[in-house]
Amino acid sequence: MASVPVVRALALEPEPHLVAQECTACAARFFGRRAACASCFCETFRDADVPTDGEIVAFTIVAFAMPGVAVPYVAATVDCGGTTVQANIVGVEPTPEHVHLGQKVRLTTYPLGTDSHGTEAIGFAFTPIGA
Amino acid sequence: MSSGDVWILGITMTKFGKRPDVETDELAAEAALGALKDGGVTMADMQVLAAGNLFGSGIGQKLQKQIGQTGIPVFNVANACATGATALRTVMMAIKAGEADMGLAVGVEKLSGAGLLGGGPASFDTQTWTPRGTDGAVMDLDGRVGTAGMPGTFAQIGMEYGHKYGGVSFELFARISEKNHAHSTLNPLAAYSKAMPLEMIMNDIMIAYPNTRPMCSANCDGAAAAVLVSDAKLKTLDPDQRRRAVKVSASVLTSDPYEEGCQVLPNVNTLTRRAAQQAYDAAGVSPSDLDLVELHDCFATAELVHYDNLMLCPEGGAVDFFESGAPFRDGSTPVNVSGGLQSKGHPISATGIANVWEIAHHLRGEAGPRQIEGARVGLAHVIGLGSACGIHILEKAS
Ligand SMILES: [Zn+2]
Repeated sequence: MASVPVVRALALEPEPHLVAQECTACAARFFGRRAACASCFCETFRDADVPTDGEIVAFTIVAFAMPGVAVPYVAATVDCGGTTVQANIVGVEPTPEHVHLGQKVRLTTYPLGTDSHGTEAIGFAFTPIGA
Repeated sequence: MSSGDVWILGITMTKFGKRPDVETDELAAEAALGALKDGGVTMADMQVLAAGNLFGSGIGQKLQKQIGQTGIPVFNVANACATGATALRTVMMAIKAGEADMGLAVGVEKLSGAGLLGGGPASFDTQTWTPRGTDGAVMDLDGRVGTAGMPGTFAQIGMEYGHKYGGVSFELFARISEKNHAHSTLNPLAAYSKAMPLEMIMNDIMIAYPNTRPMCSANCDGAAAAVLVSDAKLKTLDPDQRRRAVKVSASVLTSDPYEEGCQVLPNVNTLTRRAAQQAYDAAGVSPSDLDLVELHDCFATAELVHYDNLMLCPEGGAVDFFESGAPFRDGSTPVNVSGGLQSKGHPISATGIANVWEIAHHLRGEAGPRQIEGARVGLAHVIGLGSACGIHILEKAS
């Protein structure tokens, strides 16, 4: 089945990982297109693979969302070896007893739905390591 | 000799809450006329008008049609939750630049029943996944790739502080909210003025852990307005007007400088700390000189980090600062004696002037039962996500 990543920054091959736009002058990393680096104004970027393992530095458990999004869900800010990533935490009960600051997590992917041509959208999230 | 200082001559806020009886421009007019009367002046004296209404457009001119069209320049400003402070700052700049000696700043919002804000509307093609925008997203990311909503964002901002320094818990954040709801009982203009026991706060509906509903700012209707005047012009006014004038010792607006991660989870800390430092330097006061502070407690989790960002405590010491009782109204640095956004309410564009009104009210000694005795110096802070931070330091006329 054909598939498409939920965002351009998600590379599905060879193994799923995130690709940041890294400033060629100061190495600041961005997700998505930028005209210039917000840190040093350099106008060139290169692709940089982001480590798939990280640590939760902030999280919340959201109880209200737009239609089509299951609640409650855990949203977190994850430090992936110095690059900050925002994503959901899956594969864990969405309660404060099961999610904690400093928790080690790993990138994972999951299907987000199929369009009328049979193409599957692939999302990414993090899941606790060893859970 | 003029000192170059700028003063608040007149200032007011409307009652916050549900106002189905009036339109947005009428609510703005209520505040604007209140501020003009408070200052003993009229629209004929105003040389510039700055107005904000985030959920509308052209409020400045609509307001003129309600209270007086004199042909003066109008600046319609929008800066998220810092819109009111931005309107004030705009009039300040016009006076400082010598283009006006008196001006009016107004902020108004009608938000009753608006629900929780955040996560803008988007239209994606669900028939054929089509990458869109700078992210190349094929669908709305809110809730699928983290959260874009305000409650979840500010929840993480508080949790991030906990990860860095420790000591935070659901109960701690709920107790901050308990403080503000207790303070609100003395504020007749607050949208909600009932004390809430800790258990009630913790057992209320969870919006985004660790913030339950009463720990989130209350959407409501409201407006606030201020008349600013130059030092030279003030000297020509009546003694009664001069006596109640409040000095604006610092007026600062910042945006967030780039730091790693700031485009992923908004960093509300650095721009607030910078604004605070600039404000203290400009006013020549230190945090220990402050008799009261109104800070942007859009969520209970936000209040904690701003104790630190405003340097009311040593770096990393926000939890200890709260535990010491300092931010309670009988503490060493009372914070949000108005009840804060959680109980007073948060009609977005009005907030950045209403919190200045609260400080001015105390400095004038007119705050009645909630008066902080002998208040001489106060600080008002707002932050709009994106981000914009506005800080005003006010001093009693000596
Ligand atoms: Zn750079």
